[in-house]
Amino acid sequence: MTSDSPGESGTAPLLTLTEVHKTFGAVRALRGVDLALYSGEAHALVGENGAGKSTLVKILAGAHRPDDGDMSLDGKPLALSGPADARDAGIAVIYQEPTLFPDLSVAENIFMGRQPQRRLRRIDGQAMHRQCADLFDRLGVSLDPHRPARGLSIADQQLVEIAKALSFDARILIMDEPTAALSGVEVERLFAVVRSLCDAGSAVLFVSHRLDEVFELCKRVTVLRDGAWVSTDPTADLTPDQVIRRMVGREVSAMYPKQDATIGDPVLEVRDLARLGAFEDISFSVRSGEIVALAGLVGAGRSEVARAIFGVDRYDRGSVLVNGKRLSAGRPAAAMKAGLALVPEDRRQQGLVMELSVERNANLTHRWALSRFGWLSRRTERASARQWTDLLRVKTSTVTAPVSTLSGGNQQKTVLAKWLATEPQVLIVDEPTRGIDVGTKAEVHRLLSELAGRGVAVLMVSSELPEVLGMADRVLVMHEGRLTGEIDRSEADEESVMFAATGRQEAAS
Amino acid sequence: MSATRVDPPRETAREQSAPSSTARAARYLMVVRELGVLAVLLLLILITYATNSRFLSEQSVRDLLLGAAILVILAVGQTLVIVTRNVDLSVGSLVGLIAFGTGKLLLEYPGAPIIVAILAGMLAGAFFGALNGALVALAKVPALVITLGTLYIYRSIDHLWASGQQINAADMPAGFLDFGRSAGILGIPWLAWIALIVVAVATFYMRSYRSGRELYAIGSDPDAARLSGIPSGRRVFGVFAINGALAGLAGVLYAARYGTLDATVGTGLELEVVAAAVIGGVAIFGGSGTVYGAALGALLLTTIDSALPVLRVDAFWQQAFVGALILAAIGFDRLLSVRLARRMKSRRTHVV
Repeated sequence: MTSDSPGESGTAPLLTLTEVHKTFGAVRALRGVDLALYSGEAHALVGENGAGKSTLVKILAGAHRPDDGDMSLDGKPLALSGPADARDAGIAVIYQEPTLFPDLSVAENIFMGRQPQRRLRRIDGQAMHRQCADLFDRLGVSLDPHRPARGLSIADQQLVEIAKALSFDARILIMDEPTAALSGVEVERLFAVVRSLCDAGSAVLFVSHRLDEVFELCKRVTVLRDGAWVSTDPTADLTPDQVIRRMVGREVSAMYPKQDATIGDPVLEVRDLARLGAFEDISFSVRSGEIVALAGLVGAGRSEVARAIFGVDRYDRGSVLVNGKRLSAGRPAAAMKAGLALVPEDRRQQGLVMELSVERNANLTHRWALSRFGWLSRRTERASARQWTDLLRVKTSTVTAPVSTLSGGNQQKTVLAKWLATEPQVLIVDEPTRGIDVGTKAEVHRLLSELAGRGVAVLMVSSELPEVLGMADRVLVMHEGRLTGEIDRSEADEESVMFAATGRQEAAS
Repeated sequence: MSATRVDPPRETAREQSAPSSTARAARYLMVVRELGVLAVLLLLILITYATNSRFLSEQSVRDLLLGAAILVILAVGQTLVIVTRNVDLSVGSLVGLIAFGTGKLLLEYPGAPIIVAILAGMLAGAFFGALNGALVALAKVPALVITLGTLYIYRSIDHLWASGQQINAADMPAGFLDFGRSAGILGIPWLAWIALIVVAVATFYMRSYRSGRELYAIGSDPDAARLSGIPSGRRVFGVFAINGALAGLAGVLYAARYGTLDATVGTGLELEVVAAAVIGGVAIFGGSGTVYGAALGALLLTTIDSALPVLRVDAFWQQAFVGALILAAIGFDRLLSVRLARRMKSRRTHVV
């Protein structure tokens, strides 16, 4: 799907970034990034999680200021001191989760701060709604300007954001993972709008990790890795595999040291699990020594299932069995006793007590087992914490340091330590490597693989496709609260998983 | 696959007709909220009137309006603050402080025109309100905590200043007290006129000015407001200053209405003000609600105060009645929003 060439050679770029740097505390989010956007082109920005895409978007949105480097628009230097500046410069940003005001009408959301005015600077409501309707006509959208933004689907919210961009004649449209929560039809509609905007002379920066979409929509692709610029090429000159290798910077297989493990009997069985409005008809089993990935798009209901199994949340129907014995619903204590462990998605809020020390956190789950007559001795506590933090190679100055002082990766390892200390038979991990650096990621993967080798049944919820494909013996895919696919390791690839995850195909198990 | 492909024109037609009806429903449900308060108010007046026809005599209506005026003005200011997802608990102390200050001023200069007293009170109120606003904007601490602190600070300034003494109505200029009690145009008390003007101006501002709409935006989603380039800090600061000025106005009117002033004036008033706003449909987490709704809430609370004795309801039950009303109002809000959400949701599933 290559678009006709608008002849960018010879014309000057609309927007350029040169050698842009940005540091947050100890983290170097951007290390000299170059980017040039031409009018009429859709330009893809790709990279792993943590590669610096979001930081770059925030800089262009005026939400962050670069520490170093130059930006220019139309050849003139550009300095953005706030989101209002970006808007005035004609830059519009559409975030993955659109930022609308739920209580206000769609038209007001579009014109907030720029409402058409009448005499005495009063807002001209009629003109505002008329202009809003005109914008929707141009986009071919049928939304009512009067309705409140609350309750709009993500796709419609994005269209409202695009209408907002049109309303101030934005020439540069930045879309941060716009398709992550969209269905196939909605993606097509969005792409049609983007193409018509490009034809009208706008430049679109399309941030995505869905390579098929990148290749379908974009003319050029820039790859970032660990905050640094890697390459910018026409998509026609590249294959998706090449792009992935540039994103990762190494062969994919090396990252996921999945060992073969002897797979035994089912340990965890889930039968017809359902909770109204969240998920339904969820049935699967995980056998000892097996790593089963639960894949799907954000909001498909994967974490909800994991939390229901462990008993953090209730469920309406169905049952959970561990070693053939039924687990009582809604009781995490019972789940722990039966040999379950859950490493939650948001470690800051659900996994760790940030103010407590590393050793206290590591011992939280089994403090009763360590104590004698309810008395916890300092020495046993420390010895136990040492054992696990050493095994996981948690990097901390001392085990008495508060967890909040650790890096994201080491925090995640501390959460793992806390649960591994209970010696679980079933380990449920939710997004185990989100927001941690590449090196620690590999260690977490090695660890999960080792655990499986020792006969632990692992259920891994993950949004990172390479991780799912690299680690899992079996991939379960969810879409809008239902299991839409069960794919064996040998048959699982990006395409089959993505198909099931977008609900485009009911894969037979 | 090709057989199930949707015919585009048909889908467009269906989409177009349905959302406009949901939008109409949404607007209808929002108006219903204020109408509900009005209906309860009228019902209460009707029942009380049926029990004792003197409830609507000229004198008691005037007393009712005089009593309501101060609460209405405070409720308007509080609404501006709550809509931005903040709250100002210091208004009760502020009313006391400014009322006492007004008394002091008029004892010192008995000949001062009323308008001077009003402007001085509003200016002083704006100063203390701005102090609240600056603390909220700078300290990044919830307004609830900040204004809880200034509630005690402003009250203790009041105590220090009064140091146990009391200003008696007999010492106040007669013209000022007359202003606080007498009827103006159309036989409606001046205080009620002032409250009415405040409600009208605030309603107009909140509905028809960009900065007024931005207050709703800030309360609806603070992060989104920042990303859309709304100067949130400045707006919130301004809203606290305006609320302070209105509390100052209320303080001056309190002094004019009662004349007898000590350091306990306005104690606990802040909760009554917040209650009025909540009963009037102002969402406590910001983003929605109207000034006239809050004003109706204030009118309802005042009417309850004077109606329950007429209905021979034990004073003991009055507070329970107000409490039940607050819970009913919140329950009603919840019901409306759930119904609205369900309508919107059922629409969405059709589109995909």
